[in-house]
Amino acid sequence: MTRGFRIAFRCVIIAIAALAAVLIASTILWLIGADVSDTFFTIVIEPLSNMLHISEVLIRAIPLCIIALGISVAYRSGIINIGAEGQMAMGLLAFTGVALAFPDVPRPLLLPLALIASMIGGGIWGFVPGILKAKLNVSELLSTVMLNYIAAQFYSLCLRTIYLDPAEQVYGTGTPQSMRLTENVWLGRISGRLHYGIIIAIVLAVLIYLLMWKTTMGFKMRASGSGARAARYGGISVGFWLATSMAISGAFAGLAGGVELAGVHRRAIEGITNNYGFSGVVVALFGGLHPFGILPASFLFGLLIYGSTLAPSKVGVPANIVQVMQGIIIIVIVTAQMVLSNTYLQDRVWRKYQALTKKEA
Amino acid sequence: MLDIITNMLSMCIPFSVALLLASLGEMFNQRAGVFNLGCEGVMAMGAFVGMLIPFLAGHGGAVSEWYNLLGFLVAALLGALFGLIFGVITVTFRAPQGIAGIGLQMFGVGTAGTLFRHFVGGTQSIPGISDINIPLLSKIPVLGDIFFSHNIVAYLAYIFVPVAWYILFKTYWGLKVRAVGTNPRAADSMGINVSRTRYQALVVGGALAGIAGAYLSIAQAKMFSDTLISGRGFIAVALVYFGHWHPVQIMGGALLFTFAQTFQTVVQSMGISFPYELAVMLPYVLVIVVLSFTSRNQTTAPTALGKPFNREIRT
Repeated sequence: MTRGFRIAFRCVIIAIAALAAVLIASTILWLIGADVSDTFFTIVIEPLSNMLHISEVLIRAIPLCIIALGISVAYRSGIINIGAEGQMAMGLLAFTGVALAFPDVPRPLLLPLALIASMIGGGIWGFVPGILKAKLNVSELLSTVMLNYIAAQFYSLCLRTIYLDPAEQVYGTGTPQSMRLTENVWLGRISGRLHYGIIIAIVLAVLIYLLMWKTTMGFKMRASGSGARAARYGGISVGFWLATSMAISGAFAGLAGGVELAGVHRRAIEGITNNYGFSGVVVALFGGLHPFGILPASFLFGLLIYGSTLAPSKVGVPANIVQVMQGIIIIVIVTAQMVLSNTYLQDRVWRKYQALTKKEA
Repeated sequence: MLDIITNMLSMCIPFSVALLLASLGEMFNQRAGVFNLGCEGVMAMGAFVGMLIPFLAGHGGAVSEWYNLLGFLVAALLGALFGLIFGVITVTFRAPQGIAGIGLQMFGVGTAGTLFRHFVGGTQSIPGISDINIPLLSKIPVLGDIFFSHNIVAYLAYIFVPVAWYILFKTYWGLKVRAVGTNPRAADSMGINVSRTRYQALVVGGALAGIAGAYLSIAQAKMFSDTLISGRGFIAVALVYFGHWHPVQIMGGALLFTFAQTFQTVVQSMGISFPYELAVMLPYVLVIVVLSFTSRNQTTAPTALGKPFNREIRT
């Protein structure tokens, strides 16, 4: 089998996969009677048309990137974290709690403190399913989803009671939201709404790369993920690293919440998590579970998410279309990976190809 | 107080039907060795089309009961189609089932939401199906309310529990399903087509999940919204673990979880001063607690659960 054939085989499979994804998405769009090419243009090209749009895309890419980095750590350690949504909510709560409790602490101290609190909040929420998986063999897919719903309810309970803006109680409509957080926890803005969280996201990507590929800790986590039995035989405490990786994953999701709050909203409101937790799974997979793949992937999905918010007014397509696309993308990625790793299939195609070329010659 | 308890109990049977049907479907999937986490998405699609058909037929007004039946049928067909799609992904292409299920869930929930916004728009209610009071039996003071005054689908769903047991344990097809989920290689060597059996189980499971979704929109809520399913598909998957892959125990689990869910309705409607959010949390907390106690020693679990079968590879 020649090297050229292998590359061509990969490219063809990836092209077929991409085509299949676009076709399925187009079918859904056609079903609701939307103009297919206009919709794709609005979602994928339009957000790149000016700097204001691009900065909005980047704002959405920041939490996606941080969450996806965490999910990739867990995924490589052999545990699928679909609980980032709940972990992010817990991070938001912890961040808001610190900001509300110590409004007068100077910024160089308070901002890091609040961000660390959000990491701890999310980390605990990630650690629980991790330890349940390690010690009691509870499926992390189910426990993390359940913890998502619990966190969402807990979040709105807190907003409605202990965090409720005093002004809302007196004059307002009772909208469940906290008061505007003290300026001491704000992240600075670069231009427009784009904040310095983008630097945090890039630094974290480098850190995760170093952690996973340049330290023994990263090696142990990857070993637990790729072959638990072999790792255990090699003296690696698989359960411990499973729980640790989930705690790291949760901490990242929590931090994403903290950064989002400090950079964009600056007060706790409903709907900050915005399905970022689930989108993070797609970003992590699309980025090949590697930090330097996740960076561009988070930009791409930031683009899709922002583009889909333009779609209802521009082409009359509901914003839920982004969830449809993400679902399709996950399915297509995992399927294409299986086809690519199927050496039998590759071999069979190679022999067919050889037979064809010989006949011609 | 007695009123409240009777009220909660009388809600148990009708409200448990969606969970029951979806978990019985998931049970067939898992008995065949396929872990289908897309149940939530299939239920969302079922709920949407189940509501759409009587809605379009009646233009929001009264409508013949036959359209409800048609809604259930189309939901079942659509669910079966989703089962087939999941089969292509996980049986033919042998993709990892957990993550593929998440993809199917996102696709189903997203598509249902997208189509709903286009074809229906906002919150629109449909007449739904009416309760049948069984003569005489429904007149029994407390028990009548609890057991004998529900809609037809609820009765059929509970009749399906022994039927599912019979199918799984007493028919040749049930034996094949259990064989390919326990030891696909042995089943294969005995001439059972592993892929085909898994496909069949997925189609059956998908159809049941579709009906479960349609039940939520047609019979229970009488409307559709993005949050209608709100994790019931995932709870259904958890119930299969809880019920040790056995129809009767799954039924017990479905009733237990519905009892926990009715608590929020009670809090809401009877004005008990208890944080509403905590009441909503209850079933989800219960799932985690129950899974923690039951996951460790799963001797009844299908041994090939979650493992794709490949004839070409020696194990």
